[in-house]
Amino acid sequence: MRILNKKNIIAVLFILLIYAAGEIMLRQGIIDSYIELNIILIGINIILAVGLNLVTGFTGQFSLGHAAFMAVGAYTSAILTAKFNQPFIVAIIFSAIAAALAGVIIGIPTLRLKGDYLAIATLGFGEIVKILALNIDYIGGARGFMDIPKYTNWTWIYFMVVLSIVVIKNFIDSRGGRACISISQDETAAEAMGINTTKYKILAFVIGAFFAGIAGALYANYFYFIKPDSFGYMKSIDILVIVVFGGMGSIAGSVVGAIVLSLISLFLQSIPELRMVIYAVILFLIMVYRPQGLLGKGEIKLKFLRKRVA
Amino acid sequence: MEQVLQQLINGISLGSIYALIALGYTMVYGIINLINFAHGDIYMIGAYIGFACTTFLGMSFIPALIVSMISTAVLGVIVEKVAYKPIRKSTRIAALITAISVSLFLEYGMMYFVKPETRTFPEVLSSKNITLGNLIVNNKDIYIVIITVVMMLVLQYVIHKTKIGMAMRATSMDSEAAQLMGISVDNTISTTFAIGSCLAGAAGVLVGVYYNSIDPLMGMMPGIKAFIAAVIGGIGIIPGAMFGGYLLGITETMVSAYGYSLYKDAVAFAILIFMLLIKPKGLFGKNVREKV
Amino acid sequence: MRKLSLVLAMVLVLSLFVGCSSQQAAAPAPSANATESDKGAIKVGLNYELSGNVATYGQGLTEGIELAVEEINSKDGVLGKQVELVKADNKSDNAEAANVATKLITRDKVVAILGPATSGNTKGAIPVATQHKVPLISASATADDVTVDSNGNVREFIFKTCFSDSFQGFIMANFAFEDLKVKNAAILMDNTSDYSKGLTASFKERFESLGGTVVTEQAYQAKEKDFRAVLTNIKSANPEVLYLPGYYEEVGLIVKQARELGLNVPVLGGDGYDSPKLTELAGNEALNGVYFTNHYSSMDDSPEVVKFKEAFNSKYGKDPDAFNALGYDLAYFLADAIERAGEAEPLKIKDALEATKNFQGITGTLSVDENHNPVKAITIIEMKDGVQTFLKKQQP
Repeated sequence: MRILNKKNIIAVLFILLIYAAGEIMLRQGIIDSYIELNIILIGINIILAVGLNLVTGFTGQFSLGHAAFMAVGAYTSAILTAKFNQPFIVAIIFSAIAAALAGVIIGIPTLRLKGDYLAIATLGFGEIVKILALNIDYIGGARGFMDIPKYTNWTWIYFMVVLSIVVIKNFIDSRGGRACISISQDETAAEAMGINTTKYKILAFVIGAFFAGIAGALYANYFYFIKPDSFGYMKSIDILVIVVFGGMGSIAGSVVGAIVLSLISLFLQSIPELRMVIYAVILFLIMVYRPQGLLGKGEIKLKFLRKRVA
Repeated sequence: MEQVLQQLINGISLGSIYALIALGYTMVYGIINLINFAHGDIYMIGAYIGFACTTFLGMSFIPALIVSMISTAVLGVIVEKVAYKPIRKSTRIAALITAISVSLFLEYGMMYFVKPETRTFPEVLSSKNITLGNLIVNNKDIYIVIITVVMMLVLQYVIHKTKIGMAMRATSMDSEAAQLMGISVDNTISTTFAIGSCLAGAAGVLVGVYYNSIDPLMGMMPGIKAFIAAVIGGIGIIPGAMFGGYLLGITETMVSAYGYSLYKDAVAFAILIFMLLIKPKGLFGKNVREKV
Repeated sequence: MRKLSLVLAMVLVLSLFVGCSSQQAAAPAPSANATESDKGAIKVGLNYELSGNVATYGQGLTEGIELAVEEINSKDGVLGKQVELVKADNKSDNAEAANVATKLITRDKVVAILGPATSGNTKGAIPVATQHKVPLISASATADDVTVDSNGNVREFIFKTCFSDSFQGFIMANFAFEDLKVKNAAILMDNTSDYSKGLTASFKERFESLGGTVVTEQAYQAKEKDFRAVLTNIKSANPEVLYLPGYYEEVGLIVKQARELGLNVPVLGGDGYDSPKLTELAGNEALNGVYFTNHYSSMDDSPEVVKFKEAFNSKYGKDPDAFNALGYDLAYFLADAIERAGEAEPLKIKDALEATKNFQGITGTLSVDENHNPVKAITIIEMKDGVQTFLKKQQP
């Protein structure tokens, strides 16, 4: 069968190897809580970036409200784990579904919009979600939601990251994914070719939102406390910067981008006043000198596993 | 009833500020199809320049206003030449992200230099209340409205009755054709930015004088709201931006008046989304068929 | 090129593990923080909002702390050792506050953490301090649940030197009802601040239990400049007093606009008012009839306060506000606890903090109660012609 071929088996082994390495290093104390925290942050950013890349990079829908989906996921998970004592897996599933629903709700009205207008509309939706969160006292409002049980660990993060990358990559390689790509190239032509652009645009939003919801749940259940301000348009812009930096249209780019930018942010911890200024300059330089990002549209292929076809 | 009237008065001065900023947005978008995210920050810098003029140089209101307008016009041109010209041919997403980066740069650069705390303007315009029955109108309200209307009239005149205005209209319709007709597109664009920015700068000084308080992040929300106002009126259409500004200001005030002040930003965005869905060209816009 | 990307990616992923852990190799295991203190400096971590929305508060507190530490170090430091501050910015974000706290504890080996400034960000850092058993003290995180969790248990390693929200609101409600003798109050709160929400909740509860009525409750958001819509609403509800528990940046503007609209009732608030900017924003006249609770009065002419003001002015070139004063006291408070602990070791410091009795700071005398909250007198200040005048002091 196609699934059990050599390439996939090696990929699975590779994945498990890295997992084991991480787990061992954690237990041995080689990785302390400081590194663990940052790995978790990077993992969350990877999931967010990969999801947004699907929407913005592959389907060409410029979304500035991605953080709203993360918020939905985070609050759903917080409520389920803290108030209803549900196990984490239940919380994650529901967070993802809730965020996906939000994706539908936001995706449908914004379908007809293009380019800049779509960007501002999604920004608006993102802010609306944040304002709603600020005003609902059940989830704490401005005071935030505290005492969320800490369930996220290396295992969860790693496998969620792998899951998101595998699912989205496979989607992109499938017919659905190619439909999305065609929409980003030329929507009118795609429509003329009989592709149901409506369906695929919403699908892209939903998938992106689904994973953002998972990222939100992971975030809430690690950092123990969430507040609405963390999910505003600044966060959406942060994720967008990662996607652009890594290359819109490149999954590997999003992964690399998330890692590199998180590290840069870490290094800038010691010069707080200039951090955002430097960030802005980096963003600007990329847009002017290498707008396709670090990896452009390329991916990382395990070439040496492939048989050369003459 | 009185309360409604009083709220209307409140809404009008708020609306004037949005209108002034929206004018700049709409002009720039009309000509190079770019949402200049940094526009709100030009407004902020205008306010700070006004602050510097009045506090450190001891200028009075009108001179400070003029200096600020000139400085922000220059700043706008610089931003255009350095940041937006190189990406004129890039994709829309690239342009938008560049605009966001410029905005962040201005905000946090300013914060680095002036520190994040709010500053207060000295009293350059004495505050007098005029009571009409139970209504209270402040003389500053009147100033703001008058200045805004005057600016708009001047702008309309420039756009429709001067050569440079004609160049701006031509470039926004078809920049290649305009170039072929001998119009220097670069200069026209720079002029557009200059005018739009000086209006934003004026708004900044007015806000500083009126509300007395400025801080480096003050441009974010008004910038977005002004964009919403421009969209409501029809992006690229100047009277539309004015109308949109006042509509938004009054609506926002009314929302607060009915006790939903916490949702007023959400309402503004909801209006935006509504407009974009129902009439994306705005209330005064013309429908243009998309060519395949 | 493809192969290069592959190698690049793998290198990046691996460097994450290897690069960071090589730093780790040089450092001893996490729990041995005590060893560091023998070598010379006592390291104290500062976890503050130095960028982002509330940077003014984080920077204000840091300025006060740095001044205090300068003074302490010039007088032989603590236990004969110099105090070394390790400053870090939590970007006004709670996840970053946790990140910073972790770094300060595991990498910089601080013996205590000061900050964050807001309750929200402090809540983000709490699990880190608790897990690593390092005391964390905030001078401005006023939320009740910062020190006490939802089951009523004290968080062992967390302390605060500022009033809890429930206390300030309560006192003001008493003041309004009993001293000003008003029965109808309007409330205008900052919906984006947990400080403001906390004070509102306790004020309302107390005021209503005394028999008062809240005629209207309106809200605004931080960073706004135009409040006339909500003020018009308040005016038409005819309150006898306005409870406005916010920060001076908005309060100054609100009071000014209120007076312009003809709303001349007394205005009550909390320690968020304390700043020279308040008068700048509102103007002297508008502030007549404004009362607020505070830790101390900056007009207090006791020698320590005067000395502090002079020292602050000469170092920073401006008059201190409440955050500066609180930061200053916080540093001295910690120094005092370390002296009593006899050793710069986190657990001992925690015990010393818990045992604090009658620590004399410039913001008052404080003792730490069983909930790790301060027991200190609260002062009510009245604004007269733009000058803070002391009205009364209330012992807890």
